[in-house]
Amino acid sequence: MPLELVVNVAISGVLTGLVYGLMALGLSVIFGVVRVVNFAHGEMMTIAMYAVVVLFAALGLDPLLLVIPIAAAFFGFGYVLQAGLINPFITRPEHSQFLLLVAIGLIMVNALLVIFGPDARNVQVDYQLESFAIGPILFDKVRVIAAGAALATSAALFAFFKLTLTGKAIRACADNHLGALVVGLNVKHLYALTFGVGAACVAVAGCMMVLLVDVTPVLGPSYTLLAFVIVIVGGLGSMPGALLGGVLIGMSESLAGLFIEPSAKSMFSFGLLILVLLFRPQGLMGRRA
Amino acid sequence: MSAQRRAQVLLAILAVALIVLPFVSGSYVLSVATLILFFAFTGQAWNVMMGFAGQLSLGHSLYVGLGAYAAAGLFFHYGIGPWAGVWLAIALCVVAGAVIGFLAFRFGISGVYFALLTIAFAEFTRIGFDHITWLGGAAGLFIKVEQRDTWDLLNLRGTPKMFYFVMLALAAGAFAFCTWLLRSRAGYYWQAIREDEDAAQALGINTFRWKMLAVVISAAMTGVAGVFYAFYYNNLFPEQTYHISRSIEIILGPIIGGLGTLFGPILGAAVLTILADSITEIMAAAGIEVPGVKQVFYGLCLLVVIMFLPNGIWPAIARRLGLKDK
Repeated sequence: MPLELVVNVAISGVLTGLVYGLMALGLSVIFGVVRVVNFAHGEMMTIAMYAVVVLFAALGLDPLLLVIPIAAAFFGFGYVLQAGLINPFITRPEHSQFLLLVAIGLIMVNALLVIFGPDARNVQVDYQLESFAIGPILFDKVRVIAAGAALATSAALFAFFKLTLTGKAIRACADNHLGALVVGLNVKHLYALTFGVGAACVAVAGCMMVLLVDVTPVLGPSYTLLAFVIVIVGGLGSMPGALLGGVLIGMSESLAGLFIEPSAKSMFSFGLLILVLLFRPQGLMGRRA
Repeated sequence: MSAQRRAQVLLAILAVALIVLPFVSGSYVLSVATLILFFAFTGQAWNVMMGFAGQLSLGHSLYVGLGAYAAAGLFFHYGIGPWAGVWLAIALCVVAGAVIGFLAFRFGISGVYFALLTIAFAEFTRIGFDHITWLGGAAGLFIKVEQRDTWDLLNLRGTPKMFYFVMLALAAGAFAFCTWLLRSRAGYYWQAIREDEDAAQALGINTFRWKMLAVVISAAMTGVAGVFYAFYYNNLFPEQTYHISRSIEIILGPIIGGLGTLFGPILGAAVLTILADSITEIMAAAGIEVPGVKQVFYGLCLLVVIMFLPNGIWPAIARRLGLKDK
């Protein structure tokens, strides 16, 4: 097998992996702060993908311009979802929260199915097939753009959590729920903000992902699983870990597709997940609980 | 009448009704009833692990699939009937459950992480089975349909009525078994572990051993359900059998019915199956044939139950009936 092919495939895997990483970052942020596992995460991503498909067809706007309004809408949606439905479940047992989000996910997938039907949709932008070369290595233009947007969003998120007062308050909630209540933080509001931020992340990831793959309603649950695999591998609650996990999984998927068989690629990811859970359950970059 | 006496009378009435049902109902009602009993059985099995011992498994489709493929594979390739295949199914599920339990509990994995580990194993196996051509791979494994007019219990070939009674026997057996388990030494240890594992350990309970026992029993029971599944539906696809949505189907019944209760899985299975089927009927009557509408309603109903009846339906009904039963 020519080395150039392997390198090209690996690079395309890394670029896709950064978009995966951003998706997983949303999940990780939500779990890290709210301690609720968002079982409707991939379903939210497919909703964002369909939003791009619809708005692109209706307005003809470039998906890169659509990112901002869609992310803003998802922020609001996430806020309302957390404030209205999930906050009352914060003190309930894990399986109860799990079931709540499974129900929400079920409604999302099937609502999409009712509205759009089971057929695959996509967007065709004029730079879809363009690529550029550095030496013998080819870069797909859309993949580079998508990865760049994912990195920029992640950087903005890091800045938000490290530099702003609200970000600091959210981190305080994550570190010590009771302590945050004692010093008078409005924890429910901060939880809702966090869920909104996580939803915005997954919306941006969805807007980018729709440039790379066709979307169908049933993609939702598999993206949810993929996001789980990534955050567990990277470390649940660790932000750099989510990106690292995304890159690792993206690369292993594309290389497994090249060397073994495309349909076996996620078996590889789940194998990796099992190994990480057994030997480093806090994830590659997680802290021990 | 004491609460216990009242419970016995109600149970007897239910048993008689279930035995009489196939003689007075049509084939449609019978198929729905069989499905209810199937989910009552798998729910009971899952409940041993989660409801009794507090270990959340989201990968029970793994055991349904292993059991189904074990028995169907033997029958398909060697003509060995499920009366023998069921033991292979149980053995495989015990091994799988023991491996997952051993790895998880030895390495101190619990809660959300344990649940995700069970999903990972089920998904890993699903994709793996897609590539096992000896068992049909992704294209599916089909068992020949024959002898629909006689009862061949050893080979599980027969009329829908036979399948109903087989499932009824399994569900009743599981109910009796779980009733006994819950009142046995293991049952009390499990409940102690569920409520507070550290405290249980401090009292000298070997939590590792008892959690392993719960996983193994639950896996073996679910494997038996898998054998029934294979011979009832006569076709197996990894994409369906091992899929996470099947695991979720299994756990919905006991959670809606009442986690950790004995009657909850049965009631939950009945409520959910009847709900799903009546939605289908109403949709058909209204002439709506858009795929997904049914599941949206299903999801909404689920949402309402989780929000307003966090402990499930059965505890509320049991109080109303004056039964102190858990």
